[in-house]
Amino acid sequence: MRHIVPADTGDDEGESLLVRRIKNGTVIDHIDGGEALNVIKILGIVGTTAEALSIATNVPSREMGKKDIVKISNRELSKEEVDRIALISPKATINIIRNFKVCEKQGVEIPTLIIGSVRCPNPGCITRTNEPIKSRFEVLPDGKGLRCLYCDSVITKDLTSYII
Amino acid sequence: MHREGQVTHHIISIGDFDRSAIDRLLDHAEQIGKNRYDKNALDGKILAVLFFEPSTRTRMSFESAMARLGGSSISVSSVEACSMAKGETLADTIRVVSGYADAIVIRHPKEGAARLAAEFATVPVINAGDGAGQHPSQTLLDLYTIRQSMKIDGIDAGLVGDLRYGRTAHSLASALSLYGVRLHTVSPPGLELPPALVRSLAEKGMEIVVHDTIEEVVKDLDVLYVTRVQRERFPDSTSYFNVASSYRITPELLAGAKKHLIVLHPLPRVDEIDPRLDASPHARYFEQSKNGVPVRMAMLLDVMR
Repeated sequence: MRHIVPADTGDDEGESLLVRRIKNGTVIDHIDGGEALNVIKILGIVGTTAEALSIATNVPSREMGKKDIVKISNRELSKEEVDRIALISPKATINIIRNFKVCEKQGVEIPTLIIGSVRCPNPGCITRTNEPIKSRFEVLPDGKGLRCLYCDSVITKDLTSYII
Repeated sequence: MHREGQVTHHIISIGDFDRSAIDRLLDHAEQIGKNRYDKNALDGKILAVLFFEPSTRTRMSFESAMARLGGSSISVSSVEACSMAKGETLADTIRVVSGYADAIVIRHPKEGAARLAAEFATVPVINAGDGAGQHPSQTLLDLYTIRQSMKIDGIDAGLVGDLRYGRTAHSLASALSLYGVRLHTVSPPGLELPPALVRSLAEKGMEIVVHDTIEEVVKDLDVLYVTRVQRERFPDSTSYFNVASSYRITPELLAGAKKHLIVLHPLPRVDEIDPRLDASPHARYFEQSKNGVPVRMAMLLDVMR
């Protein structure tokens, strides 16, 4: 089940009205406005899914102006998934829900090293072959981009399109 | 490159070196160049020379360097001639060859291939060029050649030619940034230094000046480094010849240059340097090529001892 919910409440609290509470799972809040569908892509949901999934886009937010929210039932995120979300939405917060209660709440942190999550933009890079290696990128200072540790190619924009 | 906590030493990128590591290696090469070295230093050692791309100078000078130190070389000359033609990965090839040799020198068309090789090898790996990426041994011999004529610190160096795809230009520019060198570039439109490299050099504090013609800068230069403009970068041969001729270095062009200016080229040259320049005291490209041997001897000793 997937709801795309147009959001027109005026405050952060009102967003709970937008989508139904979940019993167990994860709520990803404070996603940069418009990035929710990319977060879904990071979670590997590109087609149908058995779990309940709710997406709210461009919800008015006091702190951020506009934000997106993703709720997914019966799933907790791996560290790799959280790291990838941090790349496109560094202000995101991850709320783990168990029996309708927020059991854990944490911000995301841009990692210093990204392994296997990003495709090198350079078609001549050795990571774009059948070699038994994962791509490796270092995050440039201040998160200004990523540098491939094999070929030194740098990604500074449109990062989402390179996320595997 | 000696890496902390790592038993095996590799030389993959000039970016892995700091200034003192470069100077130490060049000092050693200088001693070797004066014939002060142990001719049996690598007696009984075997160097695997894995070249998956054509090469004359780099390959032969590594083999020559190994022989002069008393060691021997085994080689593969192309993808077609080895198991990679049967679909074997480079990773597996490297694992296997690690069992046959005491060090591996690799040239490969894919960028980052040498870095991969270093991950899978159990012996030292030296990068002899990976695609449009790194070519550290060329850079070290370029620096060595400059050092023979002048102190590198604070000079004005000009890079001319294909600066976008030319790996020798990228590596040299990075190395020169460690010496407070002012960099001048002259290249055909579309073949300028990659923006990411320019940004990285600028962050290291390097002053970079872009020029439209060689004429406007040649009188200020201490070093003129010429690279080949490759024909395949142009849509047709007419546009190639038009561009190539405007980047040709001639004795007339150097008429107003500093007396001590040296002209370098990683070779092979095609049309970019007039053969009449060969007899000029400015011309150092054949000396530069010859310097590949002592520099590569120092590199082999660095990783194998």
